Amino acid sequence: MKKTLQTQVLVIGGGATGAGVARDLALRGVKCILVEKKDINAGASGANHGLLHSGARYVSNDPESARECRDENRLLKQLAPDCIEETGGMFVAVEGDDEQFIADFQGHCEKAGLPCRPMDIRDAKDAEPALSDKTIAVYAVDDASIDPFKLVLENITDAQKLGCKFLRHSEVVKFNRQGEKIKSVDLINNNTGAAFSIEADIIVNASGAWAGQIAAMAGAHIDVLYSKGTLLITHNRISHHVVNRLRPPGDADILVPGGTVSIIGTTSLRMESLDQIRPTVSEVDRIVDEGAAMMPCLETTRYIRAYSGVRPLLGGGGKNDDRSVTRGFDLVDHARDGIENLITITGGKLTTFRLMAEKTADLVCRRINVSAPCQTRKIPVISAHETRWAVPGFSPKYWFKEHDKNDLLLCECEMVPQSAVQEIVDYFDIFDQQPDMRGIGKRSRIGKGSCQGNFCSLRIASFLYDRDLLAADQGAGEIRSFINERWKGQRCLLWETPVVQAELQEAMHCGFFGLELIPENRKES
Amino acid sequence: MTSIKKISSDLTIIGTGMAGMAAACFAARHRIDTIQIGVNSGLIYSSGYLDLMGIHPMGTRLSWNNPWQAIDQLTTDNPDHPYARLRKTEIKTAMHQFLDFMNTTEHPYVFSENKNTEVLTPVGTVKQTYAVPRSMWAGAVALKERQPCLVVDFVGLKAFSAKQIADMLMPRWPRIRPLRLNFPSAGASVDLYPEQMARSLETEENRIRLANAIKPHIGEAKALGLPAILGLYTPSAVRQHLEALLGVKIFEIPTIAPSVPGMRFKETMEKALFAQNIHLIPQKRVLSAEIQQNDHFLLGVGEHGSTSVDQIIETRGVILAGGRFLGMGLRAGRKKIREPLFGLPVFQPEDRALWHEDDFFAARGHRINQAGLEIDDAFRPVDADGKPVYKNLVAAGSILAHQDWMRQKCGAGLAIATAYGAVAAIRKTL
Repeated sequence: MKKTLQTQVLVIGGGATGAGVARDLALRGVKCILVEKKDINAGASGANHGLLHSGARYVSNDPESARECRDENRLLKQLAPDCIEETGGMFVAVEGDDEQFIADFQGHCEKAGLPCRPMDIRDAKDAEPALSDKTIAVYAVDDASIDPFKLVLENITDAQKLGCKFLRHSEVVKFNRQGEKIKSVDLINNNTGAAFSIEADIIVNASGAWAGQIAAMAGAHIDVLYSKGTLLITHNRISHHVVNRLRPPGDADILVPGGTVSIIGTTSLRMESLDQIRPTVSEVDRIVDEGAAMMPCLETTRYIRAYSGVRPLLGGGGKNDDRSVTRGFDLVDHARDGIENLITITGGKLTTFRLMAEKTADLVCRRINVSAPCQTRKIPVISAHETRWAVPGFSPKYWFKEHDKNDLLLCECEMVPQSAVQEIVDYFDIFDQQPDMRGIGKRSRIGKGSCQGNFCSLRIASFLYDRDLLAADQGAGEIRSFINERWKGQRCLLWETPVVQAELQEAMHCGFFGLELIPENRKES
Repeated sequence: MTSIKKISSDLTIIGTGMAGMAAACFAARHRIDTIQIGVNSGLIYSSGYLDLMGIHPMGTRLSWNNPWQAIDQLTTDNPDHPYARLRKTEIKTAMHQFLDFMNTTEHPYVFSENKNTEVLTPVGTVKQTYAVPRSMWAGAVALKERQPCLVVDFVGLKAFSAKQIADMLMPRWPRIRPLRLNFPSAGASVDLYPEQMARSLETEENRIRLANAIKPHIGEAKALGLPAILGLYTPSAVRQHLEALLGVKIFEIPTIAPSVPGMRFKETMEKALFAQNIHLIPQKRVLSAEIQQNDHFLLGVGEHGSTSVDQIIETRGVILAGGRFLGMGLRAGRKKIREPLFGLPVFQPEDRALWHEDDFFAARGHRINQAGLEIDDAFRPVDADGKPVYKNLVAAGSILAHQDWMRQKCGAGLAIATAYGAVAAIRKTL
């Protein structure tokens, strides 16, 4: 018989919003299950700049969003300091940029209550030598960088420790209605193929760009537009500060440093569907060319990964550019569609995820008569031991300081030891989950170094066989799936050295092992 | 100003990978006055297996048992493939001459004239190849006959799991069994590297200790598989000694790079070619090339990674066998692919967006792999009108267009056969 789980709240979507809602509810003592059809941050939460907005980006067209950003920026710096690097930010204009926009900027910031300080060009160049010689204006703002993976892992881990269940690879396939209520939700485990159901008092749809599809499956309706944004990761860190182009939002106008790398983006492309959300060569070229106007070294630097996310947009889209549509969020009570126990939270941005979760949890609690107030403004996110391997730079520090003499490095580029993989695997085990190579990759730096998974995929597969965590011919599919996940981000960046590495990878994985000839034995997405 | 040393030769082979080595081997056979130049080659990534032809058409996963029939079909379907520049008898002669040459060295091969052989890989897949290093042959036999077999791996040797290999192969090979041991002569570091292990087994005492560790576990096994670590310089003697100690057939399974069979192959070739008067300039690159009025090439030579020329070669003919991107025979910029030394035209897709497929493992292969130099029947790179660019410049190996050696499983055969053709062609001009 099909397994049925029971809970007070079912949260759909393992991105920042879903994780935030789960933690918020768990802190109020509400029982919940968080389900995700892939793994954490599979959508926009894992495909953004990692920018903790000061709000200055929105002062000219959306002052309300700007103020929300300002407040959340200050709160998160207090509550999740381990996920945030207080880089500070700059808004930079170069020759040819709109002079009226430049002139109005400081006034807009003041009106929205945002700190904004004009900088001497020479001081700015001293602080950021990579700035173009054609720089004509610079303002300092309170931007920072935030690690979305650590943030979401920590929110989920916090929630799990308080009793929330997190089910990965679990896709909603059907809502079973009884009158005005959803009685149960059918799901399928995409790894094992197992079907199961969840009965919940209330269901939160926090599936980001997929919110429209989920709502439709339940018989409700919301308007979501898809705007694809592509970003590039550089091999080295380009700047100390977040650097924004001081102009109306356009392509490749934000450069965010994070650990040892920088991220430049984005593009904005209206999409009809959510299939095939991948970076394209023309987007990559556009980002490189545009970014180089602000920072000329972006023309020649080496890039290690490209990725795309989808902004779920509300309110019918912008007249000229989807970036001008409100980045505010929308909380929908589907009682309006005749469904009593379904709520959708969508839109918004990473910086305001906590606020979105708070508003959502408030509504949930009103509906299930829980009076406990929101705690997430006061209780800091615990820096969980289990999430440390995901942090850039942690592994090498650990390795040089304290590793056991019998430990081995499985990922030599990012220096991730066997013991780290074991720890991640054990962590999966606590929550009864089968470890998979991509899941291990999400929770560590494995595959993110310069070999991009070519060698470490093989070491991890062998390690998992030795621990009986892989059996029979599973390894071939696991290696393929892991390599293809990395490939998605490399494919458009293959010139100069990366094309050499791609050739070596193909010589090994295809020429030597013949992995392209193995019939697919599991779903690769 | 320091004076730059100038040397001269009839022929210069640019490249020290499989094609460059094969070209040197054929040039030596014809006693051509030859200089060979190149840095660390792709050979260190080599498994040791020599593929001739396996998959055709690409995209069908159709694996041919008879490589010669596969070549017939390939050259019929794809007359631009470099194999189509040669008669089948020439390809056969090339393979024979090359393998005969190898069989005079410490790195001999075993093969069936008209048949591919199934062999093992470190991830537990089975692949078809043509010529198998003698040290690995017993594995092919054991696999074919489904012999009771023990596969051993060692604590600390990463990306080589006997359990993985056995698990992957179990459905077709039920009597394969894994065993993990500590390597008896491991040093202080827990990390083991194939090269050090191979060196340690050159010592008799270490072989005895290894045999003693394995002996109690042999059981009913008739064959014993080990990672490719059985000696660096005298692999046959190392293996035979262990076989005598253990009383079973022993075979190596290649490891990932840097692999011992690749090192053995490279050192063996260098030694044998030195003996045949091939003048190797190791660890240097050709940095510049120009042609003189008398049609001789002047090649500027320098350190790898430098731009300063410290030596000049004046040569009457050039074989360009510098490989693709890994070998730096081709260079891919953001806009296009170029041949960096002579500025030869490169056949390529018109846009970078067409270079690679969305799926890395897409069975039909990536279009960038069809890019390269187009040649005439005399192996001379040609221009857009099909005219040879230089009459005394020929090309061989993976730098050639219209092939995908990784997907077609024809890497070694392509290198050897086109090297043969290129040497034969340039010989006529010298």
